[in-house]
Amino acid sequence: MPRLRPPVQAWLWTAVTLAALALIPLAASTYYLHLLTLTFVYGIMAMSLDLLVGYIGLSSLGHAAYFGVAGYTVGVLSTRFGLGFWPAASLSVLAAVVTAALFGLLAIRATGAYFLIITLALGQIIWGLAYRWVSVTGGDNGLRGIPRPALGWGIHLGQIHAFYYFALVVTAAAAGAMYLLTVSPFGLALRGIRESESRMRVLGYDVWLHKYLIFVIAGAFCGVGGTVYAFYNGFVSPTDVSLVASANALLMVILGGTGTLFGSVVGSALLVFLQNLLSGITQRWLTVLGAILVLAVLYAPAGIVGAGQVLVRRLGAPPRGTAVAAPTAGPNGVSGS
Amino acid sequence: MGLPFYLQQSLNGISFGLLLFLLASGLTLIFGLMRVANIAHGSFYLLGAYVGLSVMRWTHAFPLAILAGGATVAVVGGLMQWWFLARFHQQTLSQVLLTMGFAFIFSDQALLLWGGDPQSVPVPRALGGTLLLGPVYFPAYRLFVIVVGLAVYVGLWVLQDKTRMGATVRAAVDDAEMARGLGINVWKVFTGVFALGAFLAAAGGVIGGAFLSIYPGADFDVLPLAFVVVIVGGLGSLKGALAGSLLVGLLDNFGKALFPELSYFTLFAPMAVILAIRPTGLFGRP
Repeated sequence: MPRLRPPVQAWLWTAVTLAALALIPLAASTYYLHLLTLTFVYGIMAMSLDLLVGYIGLSSLGHAAYFGVAGYTVGVLSTRFGLGFWPAASLSVLAAVVTAALFGLLAIRATGAYFLIITLALGQIIWGLAYRWVSVTGGDNGLRGIPRPALGWGIHLGQIHAFYYFALVVTAAAAGAMYLLTVSPFGLALRGIRESESRMRVLGYDVWLHKYLIFVIAGAFCGVGGTVYAFYNGFVSPTDVSLVASANALLMVILGGTGTLFGSVVGSALLVFLQNLLSGITQRWLTVLGAILVLAVLYAPAGIVGAGQVLVRRLGAPPRGTAVAAPTAGPNGVSGS
Repeated sequence: MGLPFYLQQSLNGISFGLLLFLLASGLTLIFGLMRVANIAHGSFYLLGAYVGLSVMRWTHAFPLAILAGGATVAVVGGLMQWWFLARFHQQTLSQVLLTMGFAFIFSDQALLLWGGDPQSVPVPRALGGTLLLGPVYFPAYRLFVIVVGLAVYVGLWVLQDKTRMGATVRAAVDDAEMARGLGINVWKVFTGVFALGAFLAAAGGVIGGAFLSIYPGADFDVLPLAFVVVIVGGLGSLKGALAGSLLVGLLDNFGKALFPELSYFTLFAPMAVILAIRPTGLFGRP
C-alpha cells in the first residue's frame, strides 16, 4: 500500500527546493536562467508523460504531438490573429486536449508494442501537418515572432527574469496538480491497472475509461508545457513535434525514473543542460542522445533517481522516508509495456 | 485530370507500394513475428541505400550494390539482436528505447559519412528506359520494382509456409520454451530472422534509392509508413503486408497529387478508420 501522506521531510525538501529556485535569479546569469526555464517547460511535458508511462504503464512515443499542437495554436493565434495571452493560452490547451481526446480513442484500445507504434504514427501525423501544411504552419520555417505576453495586472513577461518566475510558478502548479492526481483514489486505481488490468476489471473498475481519462489529462498538461514553451521561445517549428522531441521526453522520464513524477524534472534538467554544454563541444548531439538511450536501458533501467535510491539503500542506514516524495517505480521499472 | 492521370498515379502508387513491401516484409518478420518494435527499421533502409550507393559508385554493378547494402545491414541488425535486444526479450519499452538509440546514432553517423545533400543510386542502363502502357509512359525501373516486390513476396511465402526453416521459425516464435525443448536454438533463430528483416529493409533502400532520393531524415520518413503497413495488414501476416503496402502506396501517391499540403493526413486517416473497425488489421489474427 503506497503512502498517501508524504512524510514531513518531503514537504520540507519541496519547500527548500522551491525557495532555492526562487532565489536563483539573484545570483545566476541569464544563460542559466534560460536553461532552467527550458528545464521547467520540458519538465512539465516529461511529468505529463510520466503520468502515462509510470502510473498506468502506457508508453507513448508521440507525446510531442500535444506539446506541438499547443505551441502551434499559440503561434497561429498570436501572430495571425493577434490574440492576447489568456485567450491564446486557453485555446491552445484546449487544442491539445481535443487532439489527445481524438488520438486516445484510437490508441487506448491497443496495448504493448501496438500502443507504442500507434502513438508514434499519430505523432507523425502532427509532424506531417506541421511540416507540409505550409499555409498555416509555415512548413519547415515554422512560425516566428510570437510576442512575449502580458498577463494583465501590470505583469509583462518580456524580461527573462519575469518569464523565469512565470515558468517556475506554472511548473510548480502543474507538478502539484499532477501529484495530487497520482495520490487521489483515481491515481491509485491507475497504479492498480498498471499492476494488473484483469484484477482491476474484476473489482469493477472501468479500465478503458481510466486509461482514456489519464491519456487526455496527460495531453492537457503537455499542452500547458507547449503553451509556455511557445510564448517563451517565440518560435515553433516541426522539430518541436518530431519523433526526436517525443523520444527526448520519454528519455527524460526514464532518466528521472518512471513513476517518480518529480524525477522527470530532474531528467529534463539533465538533458537540457547536457545538450547545451555539449553543443559547444560537438555537433553530434543525436549520437550522444542515442548513446544515452542505449546506456540508460542497459545500466539505469530505474532512472537516475531510482539508481540513487538503490545506492542509498546499499550504503546502509536507509533514512526513514526517503527524500523523494513520489512513489518509487514499479517492480517492472522500464520493462513494463 | 482524366483517365491517364489516374492510371499514371495508380501505377506510381503500386510501384511505391511494392517498394514499401520490401521494407514492410522485413518489419513484419521483426515486429509481426518477433514482436520487436524496431524503431531502427528506417535506419536499416537508409544505411542500406547509402552502402549500396557507395558500392554502385565503385563497381557500377547494381546487383552487387543490392547484395552489399543488404548484407552489411543484415550483419549490423544481427549483432543488434544478438548483443542487445536478446537480453530484453519481450520487454517492449526497453527494446523500443534501444532501437531508438541505435536509430539516432545511425542517422547521425550516416549524416557524417555521406553528407547532408540528397543523393540517388544511379539506375542501371538496362532498366533505364520507358515503356508505353496505353495512354501513359511508365519508367521500366518502376516495373522492375514491382517485379522484385512480387518475387520477394512469393519467396518469403515459400520460405515461411513450405520449408523446414520456416516451420522452425514459427515454432520458435509461437512457443520459445517448447521449441527449445525440441532442440531448436531459439536465439540463433531470432538473430537469423532479425538479420533477414534487416536485409530486406536495406535491399529496399538500395532499390528505392534509385527512384526516390536518399537524404538525412529519410529513415524517419519511411519508418511510420512501414509500421502503418504492418499494422493495417495485420501483425505477422505476409498477405496483410502486401495488401497494406499497396493501400499505403496508392493513398500516399494520390494524397500527394491531390492534397499536397495534407498528404500525411490523407495517409493516416484511413489507417485510423481501418483500425477502428478492425483493431487487428486486415489479415491479423485476433
